[in-house]
Amino acid sequence: MITVENLSKRYGNTTVVDGVSLTVERNSITAIVGTSGSGKSTLLRMINRLVEPSSGRVLIDGRDTRDEPAYLLRRHIGYVIQGNGLFPHRTVAENIATVPRLLGWEARRIEARVAELLEVFALDPASYAHALPHQLSGGQQQRVGVARALAAEPMVLLMDEPFGALDPIIRAKAQDDLLDIQRRFGMTVVLVTHDMDEAFRLGTQVAVMSGGRLLQYDRPAVLLTQPADPFVARMTGLADRAMRLLSLVTAGEAALPGTCDGPAVPPTATLREVLSELLWRGADSARVVDAEGRVRGQLTVGAILARGRP
Amino acid sequence: MTRAPPRSRVDPLGAVLVAAGAAAVLFLPFVLLKANRILPGDPRSFAQVLPPWAALGCTALLGVTGVGALWIASARARLALALGGVVAVALAAAAAGDALTPPGDSVVRIAPGGAFWVLLVCLGLLATDAATRLKPKPALRVLFLAGSLAVAGLALAHGIFDHLSVMREYAVNAARFAHEARRHLALAFGSLAAAALVGLPLGVLCHRLPRLRPGVLATLNVIQTIPAIALFGILMAPLGALAAAVPFADRLGIRGVGAAPAVVALFLYSLLPIVANTVAGLKRVSRAAVEAAHGMGMTGWQVLTKVELILALPVILTGVRVVLVQNIGMVTVAALIGGGGLGAFVFQGIGQTAIDLVLLGAIPIVTLAFSAALVLDALVEILDRVKA
Amino acid sequence: MPRAVTVLRLAALALLVGFLVTPQSFAPLFAPLTQYGAPPIYDQGNLLTLALAQLATVCLAAVASSIVAVALGILVTRPSGAQFLPLSRTLVNIGQTFPPVAVLAVAVPLVGFGEKPTLIALFAYGLLPIFENTLVGLRTCPPAVLEAASGMGMSARQRLLSVELPLAMPLILEGIRLSLVINVGTATIGSTVAAKGLGEVIIAGLLSSNTAFILQGGLLTGLMAILLYDGLATLERRLLRPVTLD
Repeated sequence: MITVENLSKRYGNTTVVDGVSLTVERNSITAIVGTSGSGKSTLLRMINRLVEPSSGRVLIDGRDTRDEPAYLLRRHIGYVIQGNGLFPHRTVAENIATVPRLLGWEARRIEARVAELLEVFALDPASYAHALPHQLSGGQQQRVGVARALAAEPMVLLMDEPFGALDPIIRAKAQDDLLDIQRRFGMTVVLVTHDMDEAFRLGTQVAVMSGGRLLQYDRPAVLLTQPADPFVARMTGLADRAMRLLSLVTAGEAALPGTCDGPAVPPTATLREVLSELLWRGADSARVVDAEGRVRGQLTVGAILARGRP
Repeated sequence: MTRAPPRSRVDPLGAVLVAAGAAAVLFLPFVLLKANRILPGDPRSFAQVLPPWAALGCTALLGVTGVGALWIASARARLALALGGVVAVALAAAAAGDALTPPGDSVVRIAPGGAFWVLLVCLGLLATDAATRLKPKPALRVLFLAGSLAVAGLALAHGIFDHLSVMREYAVNAARFAHEARRHLALAFGSLAAAALVGLPLGVLCHRLPRLRPGVLATLNVIQTIPAIALFGILMAPLGALAAAVPFADRLGIRGVGAAPAVVALFLYSLLPIVANTVAGLKRVSRAAVEAAHGMGMTGWQVLTKVELILALPVILTGVRVVLVQNIGMVTVAALIGGGGLGAFVFQGIGQTAIDLVLLGAIPIVTLAFSAALVLDALVEILDRVKA
Repeated sequence: MPRAVTVLRLAALALLVGFLVTPQSFAPLFAPLTQYGAPPIYDQGNLLTLALAQLATVCLAAVASSIVAVALGILVTRPSGAQFLPLSRTLVNIGQTFPPVAVLAVAVPLVGFGEKPTLIALFAYGLLPIFENTLVGLRTCPPAVLEAASGMGMSARQRLLSVELPLAMPLILEGIRLSLVINVGTATIGSTVAAKGLGEVIIAGLLSSNTAFILQGGLLTGLMAILLYDGLATLERRLLRPVTLD
């Protein structure tokens, strides 16, 4: 659990982060969104003390982050940045081994951990372990960046625009991977992005920042239905807020009992995707069918539309 | 990312410079009194040589400068103080020269001592630091250089420093000095012009024919590694043979000794920066601009002269700057093979262990090279800005 | 192509060593350049001793200037030395306008004739390319890489030693090579202030109009400079991984 208490950062007369308080639950993903200059990156960087707060404090599992030197603190917090910052002079394996080495792990343990992570991130050790970063594609570099951040099994992972440099298709894949990995390792993720879609897609909780202040911190659906501030409403998008709301619910969650002869959709599809499919096919209802071919229920256009209202 | 830490109350650079300057004033002689030009000097401190009012005034001025260097943050004020300090030290040296020289004596030499040089270096560093922080526009920098040179020139012409040893050497060698200085410039600029005439087309050729590039650049690179003195010497043989075989060449001044081998050697050294920068500059020109030019119906020649070379000009000029500065320095060595130039004073001074004579050659050379670098840098910056 | 380069390299080395060890066997080659029965091969000293003396002077100066320049480069790129950065960059620019001969000439009155002024001039002049390249190398480390290093918990010292310096190393070594080559050349001029070296041969040739002397002195120094530069470049390629920064 990360507790941010009344955190501020001032440079001279300008206040970059202004009295932000929030609590991030364990085993969750919190997305911080805001325009550039909103102070979101500074807030993130105060958690691992790359930026020292001017006032306020940060507790991780009840311990004040100032209790130990900043560089020791950071060894227990994963950190991923835009453009991944891989060490160009070190191989993929060496890059991933960075923090375990700093922590003085035994060679054998490091080796095993590197092999495990390469496998998790679908990087064949035979061809990639000894490659240099510039020999990898952009998506692979990004995966190595995340693997490196996770190497020492941190309980907290901080990500600053981690997918910003990727093209849309690779970005979607990387976002899915992150969700998988978060479920698998169960760490607490705090992610900074300027992309509302990304925040909604990944965030268990979303924090909206503007001008250094935290405007609202809530579940995505609440942000859409009860925006605390006109700015939050603008950020979440007035024109397509209904569609956004639909994209927060999966077919599996919304399925009604019964079946029909409409097109089959997987339970993991969002209502937005199901609606789009129905529009495209000119059908009124869809069957929700899981991977084993069992019918899990049905969805009608009317039921979907009802979900799109606040 | 990391922000510059706020300036602490005492300026660290100022502290280092003030400490060095104060130590020099306390422990090193301000001037050396030499019975003649080659004898070792008799050290005289600041207070010993100046009339009390002058010593007091100069000390006060330097003190103010020191205090300013420590506690004033404004770059403008620091620059003004440093320049004031330079003037004070120069005038003090001049006054010391006047005070120590017996009337009508032309044998005694008053040479600036360690304290003078250290003070000058410290004040120079202070001024340089302040000027760097002010980030003056290129035109202003050139103007400032011209102003400083004019003030120094006027002071020299007015005879303020006539009793100092270097100016004594100048007085003895005045006619030769003008001749060697002209020669120095002719050698430096002449070989630059020749290199530009050959290097520019060669660079364009290397750009157009990439197959040619590695060979040409590698060859020119190897030439650069041959020590100047050796290249001068090596060229003496073929040029000497040429002069012996072709009397016409001899009449043109192409001989084994003298200016010819120097010009040829400098020309060879100059080729690499010019060719390499022409290639780099042309490479930098955007394809879009070239294609647009072709698309508008320009001929190949027009594209080259009106688009590519114009756009590549700042980079090519950077090459010219490297060559000019390098040449001004290297012409010095030409004196060893009878090529003349200000290096003649340097080597003659080394031979006679007459340091004043060395300085008579070295100071103008450094000033020339520095001015050339400053002016050409400014020019490159202006061109770059015009294009942007 | 690479094989041709290797052959060329070995030939150059063989030529240099052969000439230094048995100079007299090259006498017939240089005899046509002499007049009035002057000796075709330098006879006022041992060529091998002179070459080694020059190499020693050059290397000693290079080691000293490398240590000082890299240390200074590190100092002014740390937060504590940041105030010295603008000045030091300007100084590098100004310093490069000083011709090596002038540095040499100014060193003589300070320490007298012999090896010392040469050493000082070589040291001072060698500082510039190394310092400049160290600065460029350390200042052009990609910010994302530095941020990642700090973010993962490297101390300032660990970051410098395991990220910044390795990334800057190719440029630093390039600076050292450059300064060595310039130094070999400048060291020949050192012979005018009585430093031991191959410049002695060239000066002797100039004084006695013996082209053979000039040519062999120049040839040997040139060979030494090229082999030194090339040898270091090869060593560098062997030791360092290729790093591309973009």
